[in-house]
Amino acid sequence: MNENRLNGDRTGRGRIWFTALAGTKCRQLCPIGSVLAADTDLGGHRVRYLAVVPDAENRFPRARSGELGLEEGWNLAKQIREVIDEDQSEVRRPIIAIVDLPSQAYGHREELLGIFLACAAAANAYAEARFAGHPVVSLVVGNALSGGFLAHGYQANRILAFDDPGVVIHAMGKQAAARVTKRSVAELDELARKVLPLSYEIRAFARFGVLHELIEGVNADTPTETDIKKVKAALQRAIADARVGSRTLENRLTSPEATQTRKASIEVRRLLTAQWKRS
Amino acid sequence: MNFEYPATNAVTQRAHVGVVGSGDLEVLLEPSPRDFASVQVCTSVDGYGTVWKAVLDRFFAKYSIKSRIEINDFGATPGMVALRLEQALERSKT
Amino acid sequence: MTNATSPQALAPHLFGISFIELNARERARSLMDEGSFEELLGPFDRMKSPWLPAQGVVPQSDDGVVIARGAIDGCCTVVIAIEGMFQGGSIGEVSGTKIACALDLAYQDNEAGHRTYAVLLLETGGVRLQEANLGLAVIAEIQSSIIALRRHTPVVGVIAGMVGCFGGMAISAALCSHLIATREARLGLNGPEVIEQEAGVEEFDSTDRRLIWSTTGGAQRYETGFIDQLVKDDVAAIRTAVRIAFQQSLSAKNRTAEIDKYLAFLARVNPTERLDASVVRNLWKGA
Repeated sequence: MNENRLNGDRTGRGRIWFTALAGTKCRQLCPIGSVLAADTDLGGHRVRYLAVVPDAENRFPRARSGELGLEEGWNLAKQIREVIDEDQSEVRRPIIAIVDLPSQAYGHREELLGIFLACAAAANAYAEARFAGHPVVSLVVGNALSGGFLAHGYQANRILAFDDPGVVIHAMGKQAAARVTKRSVAELDELARKVLPLSYEIRAFARFGVLHELIEGVNADTPTETDIKKVKAALQRAIADARVGSRTLENRLTSPEATQTRKASIEVRRLLTAQWKRS
Repeated sequence: MNFEYPATNAVTQRAHVGVVGSGDLEVLLEPSPRDFASVQVCTSVDGYGTVWKAVLDRFFAKYSIKSRIEINDFGATPGMVALRLEQALERSKT
Repeated sequence: MTNATSPQALAPHLFGISFIELNARERARSLMDEGSFEELLGPFDRMKSPWLPAQGVVPQSDDGVVIARGAIDGCCTVVIAIEGMFQGGSIGEVSGTKIACALDLAYQDNEAGHRTYAVLLLETGGVRLQEANLGLAVIAEIQSSIIALRRHTPVVGVIAGMVGCFGGMAISAALCSHLIATREARLGLNGPEVIEQEAGVEEFDSTDRRLIWSTTGGAQRYETGFIDQLVKDDVAAIRTAVRIAFQQSLSAKNRTAEIDKYLAFLARVNPTERLDASVVRNLWKGA
């Protein structure tokens, strides 16, 4: 609990990168402070940036450190839905999710009020935007953990991440995982060295081929103008790639990395498909 | 762990029972053309080789089936192992 | 319902059989028309987890997911059943890919004009922590596949218990067209132990069973609009519920699309006051 708060406030990378990419003059479209949403120009085209950020004034106390909570999930869904509806007969605007989330929000209130559905609403909206032809790109600038990432970021066509020690994609934060599995953090690290999907290192994650690009040489906490230019270029490449690619997530399994590290996934699909078609 | 027993009776068809849940096991039973029963045991609990042998000895003394058997175990009692083996054999007859 | 289609008339021998006491394979079989059950990628294909042995965990031959094709009431259906007794029904690389791929294949059949329904028997704690990143990645794939398939055919989720449906798979459940649950079932994002661990025992006492079921149990979820049908733990009753679910209109709005409705619901909540199950039921009914 305290660790999550620390991460959220210490990095604030979501807001830093939202401001860096969208600029300071854009109009905030979302009424709540924990969701940043704005339309702006990227490479001559209109895009919508979305981020979930810490908000000490958040109505729901358990979602003040940048967690994806009830209102965050539904408001993300609303912001994305608007893009889909507005662009029905237009060029489909790219949607860029800037991700730095300690987790989903943990709380009795959250469970009662259906946080699982709030997360689903956001995930659904992102996926529907993707299926409608909007290039959806995620930029992981900090933590991208479990339910929060499933809701905000994991439904993207293309996922980019910084090659930075503060960038962590995982099913559960390290401290929480240590508590749940009753192991020490050191033991978890040792295990992760043997078992690739357990690693907290972004370079290890990159070996699964789910990432479209691992962006190197960028200062994730205090980006320079050069850093921002580099990231914008990477986003534009990802958008262009997404526009010509499939609207499904199949590209994650066809990457060269996946053929090495996701052999079981590939074999399951191959054999199940063969059996299905035969039966 | 691997065990082998000479065997004489044919198995009609393959059969599967059980779940690798706490205190349970799964048994995959397949016919074999060889005059043997070969058993492969994968278990999370080490050091009970003699107990496994005792259970399997008793089973194959009763049913001399030409088979290939795979057991995936999560701490089942000998009684549970014997039960699942009997169930698998029963199922292979239908 | 007329006598001809009442549960008793259709499957008298299934009355009084607990669904919860059946394992995944038996559950899938119990829902399908007699003789139509056909398992794909079953135990003898030995598609096991490549990651568990190194961690001292004995893998199961089907990695804890049963993919069965057949018919329900004559309708071509794929039933995807998660085995809750294996690693808490948690999702790993193989089990998750089986689920996503089966949904994709059903999608392709529907696209080709061959109507295929889907039923998900959700008995799962979410991501298998021993496969962490791959578990999470395949759950994202499952979610995408549900969303795609849902446009063609009802994707029906059944949560029976006693594991319930948690974590990333609760998010998947919420994406289904239609959800059926028993009273014994639970549907929530974070399990009671994790909430207590992360937020403290005042926030949630994980030993308080009444609190747990009043928060995430099937009856509460039904009373607060998160579940479409509340059923008895009975095979015949669940078969009937699935049949009803198949008849739902595809053009009906999915729960996840009711954005303004849920934002308005949340706006009626006062987060500074302690919230309990009955307050939430009243707030929901006040919609």
